[in-house]
Amino acid sequence: MEYAILIYCEEEGLPERWADDDRRKAFYEDYGAVNRDLEASSALLTARRLATTETATTIRVREDEVTVTDGPFAETKEALGGFYLIEAPDLDAALAWARRIPGARIGSVEVRPIHRYGG
Amino acid sequence: MASRASESRAALERVFREESGTVLAALIARLRDFDLAEEAFADAMATAMERWPREGLPDNPAAWLTTTAQRRAIDRLRHRRVRVDKRDGLLEAELSRRESGGSAEEAVDVAHVPDERLRLLFTCCHPALSPDARVALTLKTLGGLSTLEVARAFLATEDTMTRRLSRAKRKIRDAAIPYEVPSARELPERIQALLGVIYLIFNQGYTAAQSASGERRALCREAIRLARVLASLLPDEPEVQGLLALLLLHDARREARVGEDGTMVPLEEQDASCWDWLQIAEGRHALDAAAALGRTGPYQVQAAISAVHAEAAERGREASWRWARIARLYEVLQEMHPTPVVVLNRAVALGRAAGPEAGLALLEAQLGEERSARLLEDYQPFHAARADLLRRAGQRSEAARAYRRAIELAEGSAERRFLQAQLATLEGEGGSDLPGAQG
Repeated sequence: MEYAILIYCEEEGLPERWADDDRRKAFYEDYGAVNRDLEASSALLTARRLATTETATTIRVREDEVTVTDGPFAETKEALGGFYLIEAPDLDAALAWARRIPGARIGSVEVRPIHRYGG
Repeated sequence: MASRASESRAALERVFREESGTVLAALIARLRDFDLAEEAFADAMATAMERWPREGLPDNPAAWLTTTAQRRAIDRLRHRRVRVDKRDGLLEAELSRRESGGSAEEAVDVAHVPDERLRLLFTCCHPALSPDARVALTLKTLGGLSTLEVARAFLATEDTMTRRLSRAKRKIRDAAIPYEVPSARELPERIQALLGVIYLIFNQGYTAAQSASGERRALCREAIRLARVLASLLPDEPEVQGLLALLLLHDARREARVGEDGTMVPLEEQDASCWDWLQIAEGRHALDAAAALGRTGPYQVQAAISAVHAEAAERGREASWRWARIARLYEVLQEMHPTPVVVLNRAVALGRAAGPEAGLALLEAQLGEERSARLLEDYQPFHAARADLLRRAGQRSEAARAYRRAIELAEGSAERRFLQAQLATLEGEGGSDLPGAQG
């Protein structure tokens, strides 16, 4: 099974803005650890962190009419900040990875199976 | 003498109630598909209905049903021309075994049904499912209740319940919620989820007992049955024994809780000779078994509270130690679960043990917290308990106001009648402290 792990955080609360250097360092080290373990167990397919929503552009096409707007598709308190794509045998295994992601401690982490066509 | 036909119909019904959970769990574990397992099980029941009256009961009806259902599942899969891919390796093996001429008939007698109920319970009570779905799925799959019965018990339409069940089954399939006993690290947390579902099933049946519908009563029986199953599958988990004890002790008082005129009877005024003392003995036994394991928890503490009431009833109403011990147990429970409802119960016990002022002081302190105050504002037992404490403390007009608020909030007619009677008594006592009663 493939799962997407989507990390949502309040952008004002991102570690770059933390005053406590040690806390930030520990946070990044925890990311490093889970990434290494994901890679070592061949569970990791891909992972990316997104630039903040102020850089987002949203586009909609309705009957040939194209609207381009500045900003994310919805203004929410917590915004999508990054994602993992992993391979796991079942939801419990995927959740076991997700709970180790440091973003879960400051925001919310959503685990979604990847749609299987014709499955 | 009963005819063979009615005998086997009765046997079929008994097998359905007692074994459907086991058979269905074995099928789901094997087929990894709830719907297919349910359809195949229904097929097997229909075949049994047709053949058992003619041929007599098989030696092991559950094994017979499991084997027959498995064969019907394979037929259904063939019929649907479902692609058999690697995920269905077990089925593939089954198919090739059958095609190589292995006699399925001979498998019927030797087949023993593996007990997969624990794995399936963990699936049905997975935290990735909504609490409503967990309850419905557990009752439907392991409780042997029909969708209609589950719907009635939860005052939902059959359509709503069917949709809720379908959605849960789809999520189990599409998100690959496993059929596994969780790893040791996650086990304690996941057992809590199981116990929560069983307790919810029980409470749904217990709190609404006044409406006395058969479905609601069936819920209490099912919850106790599930707790027994779980206690036999996880004998070393003290909280499982604790929950079983709690349910048995509470349920033992069922008949005494509502008087002949339909008014709720408070615990200490109940006729203890109407309690089911055999069941109380079983509950105490489970509580002792839990205590012997040496790890206490909230279900054990609540069961212990219930056991104190039973002991007090045995030793006479005036048992002075009763409320002091109960207040102390609620204090322990509050340390584990600092919820406003636990504090409320502690205040009631304290009011009996140390005087109404002590209970009221605890309630006032709790109301000081904004969140608890909001939560308790619409909670009928809070106003009822506060009214009782105020009445005992001689604050009659405050007490009357609290009773009125409790009556407004009462959902069951037995509770409402009880509260109205209390208010009438209070008003009948007269006194200058009481403003004119409002209509």
